[in-house]
Amino acid sequence: MNRKPVFQFKDNLASRNRSGLTWRLVFQASTIVGILALTALLFNILNQTFGYTAYEARVDPDSLALNGVSLEEQTKAQLIQVLQTRISSGAFNKLEKDKPFAERSRQEVYDLIYDRVVKYKAVAIWPLWDSLMRPAEIKQTVAQDFPTAKLGFVSWISADFLRRQQSSDPVLAGVRTALLGSLWTIAITILAAFPLGVGAAIYLEEYASDNWLNRLIRTNINNLAGVPSIIYGILGLAIFVRTLEKVTSGALFGFVDPTTANGRTILSAGLTLALLVLPLIIINAQEAIRAVPVSLRRASYGLGATKWQTVWAHVLPNALPGILTGAILAISRAIGETAPLVVIGASTYITFDPNSPFSKFTTLPIQIYQWTSRPQDEFRFLAAAAILVLLALLLSLNAVAVLLRNRFSRRW
Amino acid sequence: MAQPVSSNGKYVLEVKNLSVFYGDFEAVTNVNLNIERNKITAIIGPSGCGKSTLLRALNRMNELVPGTGVSGEVLFNGQNLYASHVDPVEVRYRIGMVFQKPNPFPKSIYENIAWGARIHGYKGNMDELVEFSLRQAALWEEVKDKLDQSGLALSGGQQQRLCIARALAVQPQVILMDEPASSLDPLATLKIEELMHELKKNYTIVIVTHNMQQAARASDYTAMMMLNGGETRSGTMIEFNQTSIIFTRPKDKRTEGYVTGRFG
Repeated sequence: MNRKPVFQFKDNLASRNRSGLTWRLVFQASTIVGILALTALLFNILNQTFGYTAYEARVDPDSLALNGVSLEEQTKAQLIQVLQTRISSGAFNKLEKDKPFAERSRQEVYDLIYDRVVKYKAVAIWPLWDSLMRPAEIKQTVAQDFPTAKLGFVSWISADFLRRQQSSDPVLAGVRTALLGSLWTIAITILAAFPLGVGAAIYLEEYASDNWLNRLIRTNINNLAGVPSIIYGILGLAIFVRTLEKVTSGALFGFVDPTTANGRTILSAGLTLALLVLPLIIINAQEAIRAVPVSLRRASYGLGATKWQTVWAHVLPNALPGILTGAILAISRAIGETAPLVVIGASTYITFDPNSPFSKFTTLPIQIYQWTSRPQDEFRFLAAAAILVLLALLLSLNAVAVLLRNRFSRRW
Repeated sequence: MAQPVSSNGKYVLEVKNLSVFYGDFEAVTNVNLNIERNKITAIIGPSGCGKSTLLRALNRMNELVPGTGVSGEVLFNGQNLYASHVDPVEVRYRIGMVFQKPNPFPKSIYENIAWGARIHGYKGNMDELVEFSLRQAALWEEVKDKLDQSGLALSGGQQQRLCIARALAVQPQVILMDEPASSLDPLATLKIEELMHELKKNYTIVIVTHNMQQAARASDYTAMMMLNGGETRSGTMIEFNQTSIIFTRPKDKRTEGYVTGRFG
């Protein structure tokens, strides 16, 4: 007897749908957790960037009026006169020696007066949440505990914050030096890492043959992307700061910055970060180049194009969006790096702008790190403001890269 | 490439004892074939018998796949394409190619045509060359008002004719077509066939096709390929003759079976 067996199926559509729904909820939950974490981060930063501050002046600025001309309206010469009468001659001469007053702008002298004479001091600070929730209570506290203090709603991030240089007085401190340092460093990083990385990717994808050596190189590039950044710092210290000191300090080019006697310069920092992001750029560029359809290459070769003509006219333009995505990732990584820069010797306190690749420097993450490690409360608020600046810088650099990418990925 | 030995000979391409290898695998064995000038030669045969491999060996496109090798000779106007001093780039310039799937560059229609001419150092009037090439490919009337639009915005059949125009723009002597109509509808296919008929006045065409009617309609000569049935499963040419003979009174039983649709 050859009876057809019966194949029984269970009616399980309901349970299949249920399990689908469960997974959907799980994924939704993970997204929500992520969003909550980001919101908490942002809240935390904003909470410390704005709020009521009670501050006292050692010398009331109104008392510094000269012949009835208030401080704001005084000329540079008048301001210098005020400064000279208010601080010791020794201190005045030291300022003159640091940078002659003839070379300082009116604004700089004005800042000096606030720095050395008025000396605002924050006596109490409230974060944004408290400032919004219980302003009456805060006002009462200030009136009771600090009768001479002024209470103001302060935004720690401001145009002045961006304009001012580092200062030991939190009320006067700004991120200008660090911001410029970050911009210089990232510019050098991009200039070095982008062409090198894309070039290496083109070679590995288009020219290198598939032998064990090239496979080894490819594998190792992938591994390099995962090496902790401080290792790159040590590498940078050994190569750029020490071995290539003549180059990175600018001595080789006859460029001698009196403030730097060694290779701890922006150039060293930029090149170290370039090393750090190079694997990232290579890997992404390789992926992008590999994703260019083979039919396109065939079309080009079929016309009698050489390899280079094919790469230049077809492979690269079509891979460019992907390559730029890699560059965005690289910029994001490089701009937030602290550890390698600490190792190669970024300064934590400098008050002059970097003006060449051979300048001493500090960067925003270093500045933030330095501020958060100070015991005074005020510096935490400065750090929060600096974090906002760093985020804004990061977003604007990435926006440029995204715009470029969208421009080039205009599909025909 | 050196001066053509006999650019007016009867045969543009003479394939002599050609075998093609992928690594150790011999994909095509010992093919002898003469391609006559200004004629259409079709290569037919079942899937996987090495038709496309043979075609690509005719302009050294097969070398883009790592590990390929050939033995034997392909004479182009009497000159061996596989001689050591011959640059494959030069070969592909003289012997153009149209692929199975239309693959226009993601550029404008104009640029699709102009790019090839430009890389070969064309210095004349580019507009003229673009119009001439598009007219030759019977596409001019359809695209003359949208030359700056993307080549990818055209229909499949138009894209394939754009690819033919692109190949024509560098003035090759031979055009290799690898199943150029296999992804097109019957109407577009017919257009391509009419176009081939026009083009053979100025060019020599070698076409690989799965479509028996297409070979019968469009070609002057037909080469029949088949796996040789041995251990190695290598493809070889079993019969070559005028198309009318191949389709009416083939000498080989296998050819007869294939063209009449009994197997294949």
